[in-house]
Amino acid sequence: MSGLPRAGDLGLIGCHVCGMVCRDVPGHDVGCPRCGSALHNRKAASYTRCWALLIAAFFFYIPANVLPIMRTVSVGDVDDNTILSGVIELWVKGSPDLAVIVFTASIVVPVLKFFALGLLLISSQRGSGWARRQRAKLYRLVEFIGYWSMLDVFVVALLTALVQFGFFSQVEPLPGVVFFGLTVVITMLASMTFDPRLIWDGRDFDD
Amino acid sequence: MTMPVQGVQHGIAPPTLWICEHCDTVFRRRVLACGEVARCARCDAILARHHRVGVRGMLALVLTAMIAFIQGNIWPIVTLGLNGHLISTTLWGCIVMMWNEHAQVVSVIAAMTLFFIPIFKMGLLGWVLLYARKGERAPGFRLAMVTLHRIGPWTMSEVFVLGTLVAIVKAHMYFDVVPNAGIFAYGVLMLIITAFASIDVRELWDLTEERRA
Repeated sequence: MSGLPRAGDLGLIGCHVCGMVCRDVPGHDVGCPRCGSALHNRKAASYTRCWALLIAAFFFYIPANVLPIMRTVSVGDVDDNTILSGVIELWVKGSPDLAVIVFTASIVVPVLKFFALGLLLISSQRGSGWARRQRAKLYRLVEFIGYWSMLDVFVVALLTALVQFGFFSQVEPLPGVVFFGLTVVITMLASMTFDPRLIWDGRDFDD
Repeated sequence: MTMPVQGVQHGIAPPTLWICEHCDTVFRRRVLACGEVARCARCDAILARHHRVGVRGMLALVLTAMIAFIQGNIWPIVTLGLNGHLISTTLWGCIVMMWNEHAQVVSVIAAMTLFFIPIFKMGLLGWVLLYARKGERAPGFRLAMVTLHRIGPWTMSEVFVLGTLVAIVKAHMYFDVVPNAGIFAYGVLMLIITAFASIDVRELWDLTEERRA
């Protein structure tokens, strides 16, 4: 048993929105007296919502990678690029360092998010006491890096607006980029609905 | 360990405590020294940190960010050249073009995360800070602070700067590329966002008081 008291044991609730420490009144849905937001011991239906969003994101992630995200037309020559082939092109044609950044943002980060959130959900649902501190850090990492995946979407948007030389050269967005944008938004929502306090709610408290 | 929670009015515990957002552990508050960061002993999350930048400093940062944002949006970001033809674009150029090219979803995501939400965020912050200078709560303070919390993670200007860099390098393989004033303004904005990243605006709840009429 750890000596550190938790809010639930002391009958307290911390407001999500303004950080105010409030008394918990059992059986009543109270609002925060300072900012008026609803107070919850834990985020509502965290497991269900997070799983649903994570699975939805995964279904969008498949076409996001399989379908091409961008079409380059140059003097009649049509070239469709997927996320991965874009990274390879960047690597081959001169900027391996930037290729690493794009690879990290577009491929490593989303995959890491799926694995990390999946791991957090399963281990917390089982009340596991394994590596709690590390899991807490993993969650904060996922939250912090999540939105950088939007990188490739903005690259496609910029190139589409810039490369408009008619017959000589043109860039068009393809459906892959829409799926990819949606994947990023949905995974962000998924990580927001996960309640990191669930990591610490297991039966065995031996930290 | 006993917590001094008795003798307070119903529903409100004294502001002498911190509750870790990430694991629900309760700590007794203490005053932080300059540059000090209080971390949760259980999960190592940041509970609070001492801000070198005061309310006036924050207001200055927000105003600078607004100027940089306006500059970044009125000037072109990049110009491409091919056989003497020049094409340049602004952020709105990208948004409109994606809409016309049947990627409306992307267009909406870009418009929200790069234009509307950043503007809204800077506006609300500026409004709240303007009054907080005098230790007062601005009209609509509560709503503004709740909204700021909700829209918090949905601004992506710094990702856009990196995206521009990648687009420049990609385009440079085939075209002449000239970076314009817009991207430099965005670079400044990125620096300010980074400086602001460590600031917890929720501290304004403690720094200001309701005006008594």
